[in-house]
Amino acid sequence: MSETPAPKTATLKLRGKAYTVPAGLRIREAMQRLGLTPESYLPVRDGELVPDDERLKAGDVIRLVAVISGG
Amino acid sequence: MRKCKKCGAPAVMYMRQHRLGLCKAHYLEWFVAQTERSIRRYRMFTRDEKVLVAVSGGKDSLAVWDVLWRLGYQADGLYIALGIDGGIGYSAESQRLSQAFAAERGLTLHIVDIPGEYGLGVPELARRSRRGKGKPCAVCGLVKRHEMNRIAHDMGYDVLVTGHNLDDEVAVLFGNVLQWQMGYIVRQGPVLPAEPGFARKAKPLVRFYERETAAYALLRGIEYIYDECPFAQGAKSIYYKELLNRLEAERPGAKLQFYVNFLKAKEEGWFRDPRQADAPVQVVLHRCESCGQPTTAPGKCAFCRLMDQVGAASASA
Repeated sequence: MSETPAPKTATLKLRGKAYTVPAGLRIREAMQRLGLTPESYLPVRDGELVPDDERLKAGDVIRLVAVISGG
Repeated sequence: MRKCKKCGAPAVMYMRQHRLGLCKAHYLEWFVAQTERSIRRYRMFTRDEKVLVAVSGGKDSLAVWDVLWRLGYQADGLYIALGIDGGIGYSAESQRLSQAFAAERGLTLHIVDIPGEYGLGVPELARRSRRGKGKPCAVCGLVKRHEMNRIAHDMGYDVLVTGHNLDDEVAVLFGNVLQWQMGYIVRQGPVLPAEPGFARKAKPLVRFYERETAAYALLRGIEYIYDECPFAQGAKSIYYKELLNRLEAERPGAKLQFYVNFLKAKEEGWFRDPRQADAPVQVVLHRCESCGQPTTAPGKCAFCRLMDQVGAASASA
């Protein structure tokens, strides 16, 4: 019996929504694919900030913190 | 994996405009040192002066207060309760977070309750006045400026500090340049000098991108209000910030250059009143006949005119 292959995807979470993206991309590239401007968010993994040029590993869950405020 | 430029540990932040990656400890150290540098570079204030920090419960104002506290400045806070609910208890939550922040550090926080002081919160003031029809942001800004100035003046503070970051400044500058609002452009800067009746105003975070102040707040474990003001949705400033961030994504450093080169041009004298070749553009100020605060037109200031208008509206309602 063969084992279930590990997922080749990662998840970006923003305001309660989850987006599946390919592993191997840089975080900022994944954000751009979703139509997000990387400069407007901070990526957080396991409660720790990570640079947005880091590559996503399979199974990563990244929470995006929106930083723009104003009015 | 990106490494910290100072110690080689894994970086938590990479700032493309500076080509600088830093670990948590060195990022926090860098942020504090850069703030101190801005305070000195723009001659904002000294440790002998009394500083009042305008606190909203958001990341920027709490971050600047935290840094000033860590640097040993005499900095008290001012929270203005605007009476905004928006279905999320916005003002109540902002106030709770500001009070918790102050209590944890043993800092003094003054609170001005607008509905308590004037009978109406900002949304209601806006609804009843001509100025705020549609969007209360104009009324909100007017009320905040008036109250910040009143408290700073009445309580003898030398300088009023706000948490404005570079993105805030660049969005304002961009908007003013689009309209060529020279009156506003010449007054924009990291420090507004004191004028009779007006405390000096300073923005120590003016060289940081907004994501950097957010990173500081997160890394310091500062609990701030994450929800946007319910009335800020669709605000022009947010639209400009998003546009400028798209530019920044393609051209790292574009925002910083836009602002820094503006300040340089101003310092070199490119923004001067053509009618007075040797003097910068000056605005003549009068004393409001009702509250005594400075105003650009003779008679009552905009805040007192608003209150009169709302009073009239209330009486006829």
